[in-house]
Amino acid sequence: MSTTYQNPVYDYIRSADQQSDQPAHHPLVIVGAGPVGLAAGLDASVQGIPAVIVDDNNTVSVGSRAVCYSKRTLEILDRLGCGKRMLDKGVIWQEGKVFFKDELVTRFNLLPEEGHEQPAFINLQQYYLEEYMVDRTREMDGIDIRWKNRVVGVDNDANTQIVTLTIDTPDGPYKITTDWLIVADGANSSVRSMLGLAMEGKTFEDRFLIADIVMKADFPSERWFSFDPSYHPGQSTLLHSQPDNVWRLDFQLGWDKDPEEEKKPENIIPRVKAMMGEDVEFELEWASVYTFMCRRMAHFRQGRVLFAGDAAHQVSPFGARGANSGVQDTDNLLWKLKLVMDGKAPDALIDSYCAEREYAADENLLNSTRSTDFISPKSKTSLRFRNATLELSRDYHFAQKLVNSGRLSDAAFLSESPLNSADEESFAGKMVPGALMDDAPIQGDHDERWALKVFANRFQLLYFVDNASTLSQTTANQLLALNQGEIAIQPVVVATSGTAPQGIRTVLDSKGLLGRRYDARNGTCYLSRPDQHIAGRWRELDNNKITQALNTATCNG
Amino acid sequence: MSPTSSLNTESNFRRTGQQEFRAYRAGDDFYEALIDAHLGLTDEQSEQLNAKLILLLANHIGDLEVLADALDAARKGV
Repeated sequence: MSTTYQNPVYDYIRSADQQSDQPAHHPLVIVGAGPVGLAAGLDASVQGIPAVIVDDNNTVSVGSRAVCYSKRTLEILDRLGCGKRMLDKGVIWQEGKVFFKDELVTRFNLLPEEGHEQPAFINLQQYYLEEYMVDRTREMDGIDIRWKNRVVGVDNDANTQIVTLTIDTPDGPYKITTDWLIVADGANSSVRSMLGLAMEGKTFEDRFLIADIVMKADFPSERWFSFDPSYHPGQSTLLHSQPDNVWRLDFQLGWDKDPEEEKKPENIIPRVKAMMGEDVEFELEWASVYTFMCRRMAHFRQGRVLFAGDAAHQVSPFGARGANSGVQDTDNLLWKLKLVMDGKAPDALIDSYCAEREYAADENLLNSTRSTDFISPKSKTSLRFRNATLELSRDYHFAQKLVNSGRLSDAAFLSESPLNSADEESFAGKMVPGALMDDAPIQGDHDERWALKVFANRFQLLYFVDNASTLSQTTANQLLALNQGEIAIQPVVVATSGTAPQGIRTVLDSKGLLGRRYDARNGTCYLSRPDQHIAGRWRELDNNKITQALNTATCNG
Repeated sequence: MSPTSSLNTESNFRRTGQQEFRAYRAGDDFYEALIDAHLGLTDEQSEQLNAKLILLLANHIGDLEVLADALDAARKGV
């Protein structure tokens, strides 16, 4: 049905592994070349881990599917070297409007402050995201994507700690073995089923119709959510723009509707006309009727098998917490895997992947379940409260804030993570241990313009000082000593002027925003993780404390 | 509503002694607790719960001027 996009076809290429007498061995295999599997492969390459990605298909997403990509996803994609292309193609937005009975009752701005490189959100069809990620894998070293390779057997041997995969191809089956398996084969994960692992949670009794239409319209690029609109009484709708003049229309249908009937163009077209106007010219691009579940696996790990994305956790679509949280899973995992593979951290560091991402999944489940309960109330009483909230939201601020049309995806504050070192001194603001680091405009010594371009991919110690040139020899030596440990901590001096001695990296906080956002004074230190989360912070430089915090952040402590 | 009203209609849900990272969180926590309080009740039982809840909260507020404003605001449009 799609008219604006032609799916690429990737060649099945027979691998040398298929001729081998003994199963070939790989350090890392990833199942699934969707957004999460591809992010895992790209991050593996950044970390220097060779990765094999197997996918049962030979193209990208069929249909636009997940279209909202969050600031955090864009930051991760930027770290992986393909953020700009997404940004250039995507529709940037940050405002949402909520209507009740055709009247605007509230609006929200997801990024009300300046000084971040990435916008709050872009809308981009999933197929573009995947295509650009596949293109990026070709520019990176050590990523071997095998299309038309379907996993049909998994043996997760707890004794040998080797995972053996049986993979079916157009040339018949073959086997490979791997030290680590990342499972990112989606909500209906066949690997999860083969291992007999269950998802726990609930299904919602409601149906939604997605209709993507091609239409020339000059609505602003905002998220418009309508409760009980006159053209679709008693239900809700959502309107969102995508690139190529594609508009995402979402209609709540109710549980009693027949999905097969609702998918027929002759039934969709009247709904679209009712919403957009009788005279509007449009073409139907793609349609789907969906129900959804909010559930997750009890544990994201079984021995050497690690689950990520929808394979591990599923949420309702309100809040764009599906693909966005999956990409954050692999953001959390790959640096840990590298340290464990290199023998620099114990296996327990992989358990911290579960601790942190199960916590994040619970937050995503909580928020998306609450949104669903608000949008699709289950009882007469909850419908009564929902409608009372909407009525009051015409006039009152507190009710506007209670209106829940989706709490949109952002990074979890991992404030309870076992990898954090607790504050010993007081700090204002949100940059607590476990928080995702705030971006800010800077002047880097390699011409970087944004903080998150510098703060990435390795442990770093940010040392705040007014004038970097005034750094004493002792302090400089102390900072450089951090770089000499088995796990290096790269020192970065954050200053308003000057250059740090002895070639220590210097970042100029040109607008003073880093200092403000991190509540920094002269001598304030932050230990940051490769995934741009904060491990610990202090008011003065103390290498013993920093080394102890590094040990805690890598389970070596 | 009278111009001297002290009925607070700004968002006011909060949790003491805990840093809140997201503005919507405390309100959503309350809303969920409110809906959950009704789980398993018949419609009549729910009405009874609501009536008791209003009386408890009204007594907690106590200030008759505030309560009069709240009654006016709630009555509007019904």
